[in-house]
Amino acid sequence: STGFRLASVPQIHILCISLHFLYKYDLQGIGKLAVNPIGDRIISAFFQDGKSADFRSFIRVLAHFRPVEEDKSKEPGASEPINSRLNKLRFAFQLYDQDKDGKISRAEMMQVLQMMVGIQVTDEQLECMTDRAIQEADEDGDKALSFEEFAKSVEKLNIEQKMSLRVLK
Amino acid sequence: MMLTNKSLGWQAAAGWLLLGPFMSLILGNPMATVLQDSVLLQDHGSENTSWGNESLGHTVFFSVDYQHVQVPFEITLWIMLASLAKIGFHLYDKLPSVVPESCLLIFVGLIMGGIIYGLNDKSPPVMDSDIFFLYLLPPIVLDAGYFMPSRPFFENIGTILLYAVVGTIWNVFGIGFSLYGICQVEFFHLQDISLLHNLLFSSLIAAVDPVAVLSVFEEIHVNEKLHILVFGESLLNDAVSVVLYKLFRSFCEMPSIKTIDVFAGIGKFFVVGTGGVLVGLLFGTIAAFTTRFTKNIRVIEPLFVFLYSYQSYLTAEMFHLSGIVAIIACAMGMKRYVEANISLKSHTTIKYFMKMWSSVSDTLIFIFLGVSTIGDNHEWSWPYICFTVIFCLVWRALGVLVLTFIINRLHVNTVTTKDQFIIAYGGLRGAICFSLVFLLPDFPRKKLFIAATTVVILFTVFVQGMTIRPLVDLLDVTRKQESAPTVGEQIHIRFLDHLLAGIEDISGHWGQYYWKDKLEYFNSKYLQKFLLREYEQPKSSIVLLYEKLERKHAIELAEAGQLTHEPSHASLLEQAEHAKEILILRHRSLQIHMNRSDSEHSSKEV
Repeated sequence: STGFRLASVPQIHILCISLHFLYKYDLQGIGKLAVNPIGDRIISAFFQDGKSADFRSFIRVLAHFRPVEEDKSKEPGASEPINSRLNKLRFAFQLYDQDKDGKISRAEMMQVLQMMVGIQVTDEQLECMTDRAIQEADEDGDKALSFEEFAKSVEKLNIEQKMSLRVLK
Repeated sequence: MMLTNKSLGWQAAAGWLLLGPFMSLILGNPMATVLQDSVLLQDHGSENTSWGNESLGHTVFFSVDYQHVQVPFEITLWIMLASLAKIGFHLYDKLPSVVPESCLLIFVGLIMGGIIYGLNDKSPPVMDSDIFFLYLLPPIVLDAGYFMPSRPFFENIGTILLYAVVGTIWNVFGIGFSLYGICQVEFFHLQDISLLHNLLFSSLIAAVDPVAVLSVFEEIHVNEKLHILVFGESLLNDAVSVVLYKLFRSFCEMPSIKTIDVFAGIGKFFVVGTGGVLVGLLFGTIAAFTTRFTKNIRVIEPLFVFLYSYQSYLTAEMFHLSGIVAIIACAMGMKRYVEANISLKSHTTIKYFMKMWSSVSDTLIFIFLGVSTIGDNHEWSWPYICFTVIFCLVWRALGVLVLTFIINRLHVNTVTTKDQFIIAYGGLRGAICFSLVFLLPDFPRKKLFIAATTVVILFTVFVQGMTIRPLVDLLDVTRKQESAPTVGEQIHIRFLDHLLAGIEDISGHWGQYYWKDKLEYFNSKYLQKFLLREYEQPKSSIVLLYEKLERKHAIELAEAGQLTHEPSHASLLEQAEHAKEILILRHRSLQIHMNRSDSEHSSKEV
């Protein structure tokens, strides 16, 4: 269902094969992730429910980053592959939307901005930047970004290529 | 009213246009010296100025001394002619959209060359290769390098390098060997052209020219990735073509060629390429460091940017490295730090001076190209020339096909078929080939090569240049999306950068984002402390973009005279009050920010 060929994920398999389950502190131990501004959120994304994740759910998340295959024939009624553009966008949207209400609220946007550029600007500037970011994309005036508005604001970006790692083919 | 203005302007422009060349002809003409002798008192010797006219016993109120000012006068006249020609084209709106500017300029050059030839009855002055390489080419390349969008460039750097290096080598050997094959056919009477000469010729004709590509692609607005692929390739293939040209030329003069020489040639390529990059980065670093101390003399800040870039070009040329690669590395390397150090006014000055210089250079190059075409420098041979044009097209198409096939296997970032066609079709040749062919050593068939080069250049610029726009429309190639950058989009880009870097870490893969992250780390830890004047915090691109947009907004508000706003979305019409509050808040925050950061700047600024 994830589309991975079993032989192509040796290194990840080896990582998990010793541990039947993956724990949060295993991932937190990766040094670079600790200094990544959104490191915590990425780690949490792997652990949908509680503190541990098994190999299947781990791979499920990574499957989002497989390159899009264009020549796959679609049977009508088949569910969309997990690495389609829409699903990639949904994954990114989930990282913004922590309380899972289907919208990126102003507070959530400010949180993300705080993590990325918080040390460079004053609080007032942070608020203005958040307001501007929301206002640019907000179309129905509810001061929050729904999934459609989010998708529209990134339509210029080449999501299929940006959110794909070649090695995960 | 518009019509009379336009037609008047058109007539005026045409009048000036014709006045220019005639002045130059008359004054440059050897007949003019006769005129001078008969009318006035000549100054004796080169040290005396023309003021000292007392020597022959009487003073003259009015005298003409053309010799004194000849060189700068003629240079200025040519530049004026070029710029007036440009005004002329843009007066008639429809023309630039059908015919690219480069074609029109060559056409003007052809007319001028014809006039000079007709009047003087000898070949008009050929564009001196030194003038081209030392004075006309650097401004254009500097402009290209300084304003190169670095994100798409580095994202596609692998593809660009593959096209530039492997593609050019493929083209050179393909064209060279097939032309040699043609020469073997007895019917064409071309058997005296040896393989080496053919390879030498193909090494200068195979490379895509950045000047021509820039002037044509600038007007057709294809999508960013395609643009950067063709353009990046045309800039970076200079390293390869320089090496091959010099290599074959030295082979021509050597009595025998050993295998060791071939390997030396291959090694030389790496030296030229990386040497150019290193020289460029060195000068870029020095430039960034210098601007750290220019706080008190803001006026000469722009000068440093130009001086150091030009110096990097000249130094690279001095060591026979690739000057183009050096100047690009210099511009791209120093841009980030210099822009953080210099004042806003200097930034604007640099931008407009660069654009102006590159525009003048560009125009002059094409006009000179046209002028130099006329004359008896050519030897015609139908088969050789026709086959040259055909082989250039064929080998380029094949090269692009094969390389794209390889690239699409290795990369996520695929190049579509339509893009491939445009890349192959956009392989224009230009003034660099022309100058190189004049630098060839004198041998019997040189004139044939000159003729062939001229035909190829004229063919690519006129035929390919004019038809590429309708083809882009016909094939429905993805065009550039002209929309203003938004802060939200930038936030998402950065967010995805971090996300991808994290995922790469987790999956243990050292990919693009890993290296980008590492470079950023190196930058913030060491480089910024050394090269930036006010090292408080490294500024993210989100913050920079936000500041830029706010600044623009504030200027618009100030020009409108009052705090009105234009809604960017229809829904905002209902939220007038809310939007106004945001604007007031932003205006205040901008004021505070500008007061804080610019207070030091404004006190010392001229």
